[in-house]
Amino acid sequence: MEFPKELRYSHEHEWVAVEENIATVGITDYAQEELGDVVYVELPEVGAQVTKDEAFGVVESVKAVSDIYAPVSGTVTEINVSLPDSPEAVNEDPYGDAWMIRVEMSDPGELDDLMTAAQYKKFVTEEQGEE
Amino acid sequence: MPKRTPLYDTHRALGARMTEFGGWEMPVQYAGILAEHQAVRTRAGLFDLSHMGEIEVAGARALEVCQELVVTDAALARLGQAQYSVLCYPEGGIVDDVIGYRTAEDHYLFCVNAANIAKDCDWMVTHNRGRADIINRSDEYALIAVQGPQACAILQRLTALDLARVRRYWFVAGAVAGVSALVARTGYTGEDGFELFVPAQSGTAVWAACLEAGRDEGIVPVGLGARDTLRLEAGYLLYGNDIDAQTTPLEAGLQRLVKFGKEKFLGREALLWQQASGIARQLVGLKMEEPGIPRHGYGLWHEGRSVGRVTSGTQSPSLGVGIALGYVPPACAPVGTELAVEIRGRHARARVVARPFFRRQ
Repeated sequence: MEFPKELRYSHEHEWVAVEENIATVGITDYAQEELGDVVYVELPEVGAQVTKDEAFGVVESVKAVSDIYAPVSGTVTEINVSLPDSPEAVNEDPYGDAWMIRVEMSDPGELDDLMTAAQYKKFVTEEQGEE
Repeated sequence: MPKRTPLYDTHRALGARMTEFGGWEMPVQYAGILAEHQAVRTRAGLFDLSHMGEIEVAGARALEVCQELVVTDAALARLGQAQYSVLCYPEGGIVDDVIGYRTAEDHYLFCVNAANIAKDCDWMVTHNRGRADIINRSDEYALIAVQGPQACAILQRLTALDLARVRRYWFVAGAVAGVSALVARTGYTGEDGFELFVPAQSGTAVWAACLEAGRDEGIVPVGLGARDTLRLEAGYLLYGNDIDAQTTPLEAGLQRLVKFGKEKFLGREALLWQQASGIARQLVGLKMEEPGIPRHGYGLWHEGRSVGRVTSGTQSPSLGVGIALGYVPPACAPVGTELAVEIRGRHARARVVARPFFRRQ
């Protein structure tokens, strides 16, 4: 399982890549592994407001429906328009082709609540231990 | 504490993800639901169904008792033939759907749903009133299914029985991989295939032999996740979702099973009355015409009115669209009727289609 060092991670298993004031968001390798085969992705529209810890989209595997939570607040500036047509990318390349939205952050201070790769790795190891 | 089948350790060793189903700890997937689904549609898949129950009805009055318990005509099942049927409550609701295997003139073996074993057994014993011997054999059997276009060729390598001569919904008894088995040409996938009833202690040996025999064809173990997508594409009902104590066989599209010509069976009067007065709702197959995956419990709408609910739904791996079963009033049931599925507050267009959703070539 991969935990790229340059990313930040939420407790709801989203990752964030930050470039200046723009956060790119997707779900983690651990999340896609837990979901199983992803067959449907629903994203917000460009211009939508997202709020930290609130759902901004939906990802469905064959078995289950899961909300995707915003790790930061702000305005959606771009969405991955090809993802709804190729939801399998979430399984195949969760940190690359399957990025979901780009958000212009309203409060970059929220990034401080996110975990580093090492912290997130420890977090999912503990979560797995509880199964 | 959920129960475990004789193959539990085998599943863990294969890396299966386990889930609780009907009081059992079962594999939901191994490599992945889509890969397993595709394997069964194109090659072969191996299923552990040992959670399912086997209840024996035997003795001189076995047929008489069976005729009262099931809605079908049990006498029509010849020796070596299987019959899909339902047990009904006097009110017409469904106790369970079952397959009855006539293993001897005065001997039937019913394969029943895992979650219903105790309920069915109690029900059958209560209405037996001491006439036949009714024995719960569930713990004595492992049930292993080999399904897919290559299933027959693979299984043939393990037995001297001539499997080509076993017709759909018939079965034979004989040795498979050196283990005495009931070999039934039945299944829940919409593909050709067999279900093997073997002694519980031989389950792991037969499982391993099937995997080995099918290696060249690419047989894979298949969990409950793909079992559900396969059965839904094939239009098969799942007890607890699509049928239950509140639904009757007439509502569920199983009227072909109900033999009113039989003098006496549980549910007969209620079903006769319902047949005469008309059903208020009917099971239909739906195919999505807009993005979205219908799921159990989602609302169904017709011309702005709430008309029913989805009972089973998924993204069909074979068709690439959402498919579902659900109940609607008969006026909304004709094939071609446009309905909407309420998905997270949004109404997504769907259409009533004929079942099965998918038919093998």
